[in-house]
Amino acid sequence: MPRRITLERRKVVADILDPRGDALVVTGLGSSTYDAAAAGDHVNNFYLWGAMGGAAMIGLGLALAQPSRRVLVITGDGEMLMGLGSLATIGVQQPSNLSIIVLDNEHYGETGMQETHTRRAADLAGVARATGFRHTATLYDPQQLTTWIPKFYRMPGPVFAAVKVTTNRVPAILPLRDGTHIRNRFREALLGPQRAPE
Amino acid sequence: MGAKPSTPRWPEDIHRIFSAAGVRQVGYVPDAGHARLINLCAADRNMKTVVLTTEEEGVAMLAGAWLGGERGVLLMQSSGVGNCINVLGMIQECRFPLLALVTMRGEWGEFNPWQIPMGQSAARALENAGVIVHHVDDAARVGETVFAASQLAFNSYRAVAVLIGQRVVGFKQWNK
Repeated sequence: MPRRITLERRKVVADILDPRGDALVVTGLGSSTYDAAAAGDHVNNFYLWGAMGGAAMIGLGLALAQPSRRVLVITGDGEMLMGLGSLATIGVQQPSNLSIIVLDNEHYGETGMQETHTRRAADLAGVARATGFRHTATLYDPQQLTTWIPKFYRMPGPVFAAVKVTTNRVPAILPLRDGTHIRNRFREALLGPQRAPE
Repeated sequence: MGAKPSTPRWPEDIHRIFSAAGVRQVGYVPDAGHARLINLCAADRNMKTVVLTTEEEGVAMLAGAWLGGERGVLLMQSSGVGNCINVLGMIQECRFPLLALVTMRGEWGEFNPWQIPMGQSAARALENAGVIVHHVDDAARVGETVFAASQLAFNSYRAVAVLIGQRVVGFKQWNK
């Protein structure tokens, strides 16, 4: 008997990002990007509008380049499934400052709500555990989420959590989508105007 | 009669160029043609070598690296070019620098027919995905070609692939 899913993605992401401090955030294409935008646009957000399957690896490259900053990747189950191998790659590197959070609604939300693999069989936190992530969990209720939010920022990584969320529809909140604008804004905020062009 | 040059120096040439360019992250899917270069990078304390499960991971990683202020390179074989196509769309849209060194199969003296389709279409596939392609078939010119490509990638914010010909890498000798 599957556990009942009650968490709403918008509130989950708002709660996760509320204590973000100077953390750097990469969001997977589609709803995860809209959720982060709805929580409040931020210069330390790198929004993906494509490159499906790449969010976790962008997070790894960023985490290796910025070891003193926490990096959060917030993405969907479909996006993560397309880049499952990247969990094995991250497991080898053991970046202590990287946390991957999958908003797992068990469906492809952008394309007509077809079921993903997590609906029937795939256990993403199990894959992360089996590929060497230090801390992994599947979260179902608000109490678990409240316990885990500080861990996303403070626990030695790599950290992975699949947060089970409902398929309830939410309005699309669209952030910047010009890729060069997003990357310039992100780099200038992180590196300063002098280093940003290098 | 050996198919490979007896003392290939080009891996050392490339490693020197990486050092001078400030390369910090080296993503790779192993290839026999890159074996020496991978070892040189792994032994370099200034470089983090990252073994990938598929080449597209490296394209995404280098985007993240550059967002974080580090330069990187991707080492791969021509059979991996097709794996990168969709994520190269992000490189083009965001105008991220990308330097990829591709050792070629499926061309000069290839024995394995299964290598031919991707090898023969690698350059066109990359160009169609917005990548500038330099092809080098002379071991003595590998260094200058990689240097030029690194300038183009990091100074002009472009995706550049250097295809290192099978003539340089040497082809597998199946009768040994």
